[in-house]
Amino acid sequence: MGLLDRLAPRRIDADAPAGPSVATDDPVFATKALRKFLTCLTSRETPSLLDLGPVVGSNVSFFGEQLGCKIFVEDIFADLDRHARQGRLGELPPFLKKRFPQESATVDGILCWDLIDYLDKAAAQELALELTRLLRPEGALLAFFGGNPPRESHYTKYIVKDEVNLKYRPYSAARGRQTVLLNRDIIRLFPGLRVSDSFLLQNNLREILFRKPA
Amino acid sequence: MWKRDEAVRPTSGQPAATPPQQPPAPVHAGATGHRPDANHQMEKDIVNIGKSVVIKGELNGSEDLTIEGHVEGTIQLKDHILTIGPNGRIKAQVFAKAVIVLGEVTGNVTASDKVDIRDNGSVDGDIISPRVAIAEGAHFRGSVDMQRKGAPAQPAKPAQTAASVSSSQQPQGQSQSQPSQPSQTQPQHAAQRVGA
Repeated sequence: MGLLDRLAPRRIDADAPAGPSVATDDPVFATKALRKFLTCLTSRETPSLLDLGPVVGSNVSFFGEQLGCKIFVEDIFADLDRHARQGRLGELPPFLKKRFPQESATVDGILCWDLIDYLDKAAAQELALELTRLLRPEGALLAFFGGNPPRESHYTKYIVKDEVNLKYRPYSAARGRQTVLLNRDIIRLFPGLRVSDSFLLQNNLREILFRKPA
Repeated sequence: MWKRDEAVRPTSGQPAATPPQQPPAPVHAGATGHRPDANHQMEKDIVNIGKSVVIKGELNGSEDLTIEGHVEGTIQLKDHILTIGPNGRIKAQVFAKAVIVLGEVTGNVTASDKVDIRDNGSVDGDIISPRVAIAEGAHFRGSVDMQRKGAPAQPAKPAQTAASVSSSQQPQGQSQSQPSQPSQTQPQHAAQRVGA
């Protein structure tokens, strides 16, 4: 490597396109609800966790190795993306109704991330009913809702850095966020759950922790 | 580069370049004489099921195995490492000490040590293993159970969890596993994995 190359590596890196597997510069954001979600999970002896996002190796390690969770990875974003690319979004609600093989009331925690924002109302309602069915009494569901008008077409992988910090890693999507849901609409989506905690973060993301009544 | 010239120069009257006076032929002869043994040893150590091979049924073994072909049924390598190569297509229940996936696996995977799904590797099924590493770009659908058999589940307190995670975290972009498989089967960007 020449001297000039050594003097200007940052400029070269900045010009290079960042691929989806580049994992170094993910922005880190604070999370308020994750700690409470973890508290709900760890009150169980062998909690079972349903992750609706794409599989993230470090999350599997975090929840599996550190918390002793049994993790079910059901990447609904991939299903949504496939339906969107194939122009079959109308088939998504009945698909979601049969999507989850788990028995009713068998899951202690659900990581919904910001999935609801990307769904049409019918699909969101169907998903919410299914998640409510899967959740055990006293189980917890963590969901994020955007507060900004939807513009970009990308999904976000949420990577647990620790119990109070998440890394956001965007990746390509066939469709963007559909709408900004009002709090009352969110509550109506999950009639069988109650809102345990709700936080508005500085990045305008709303973190809502739902609990299923005993 | 300056020192190299000095090193070639003979010092204190002793001949510095005695090796070039010797004929290289015996060295080559010796090397070629050992090569068949080395090849034979490698053949003994690395067993490979090639791309065109299709196996249906039960596959048992007591040595490390790399599969590039198609296998349907059951694979049991209780104390050894199973590698599903990039061309490997498995529809089977897998039991091994460690399983490295670069191809496609449909079926449950049970490993007593580790399951490692590399970039572009795919697993559709349930994983039972105390350690699981899933690379960025890998596909996985199913459940992961990392409970050690016989060990009681000990739920960690969140505060302890955060401490242990932050202390054990490696920078993104570094592989945390040290696979014992031949390096030529590893993808070039495996170092970008996010794993256990």
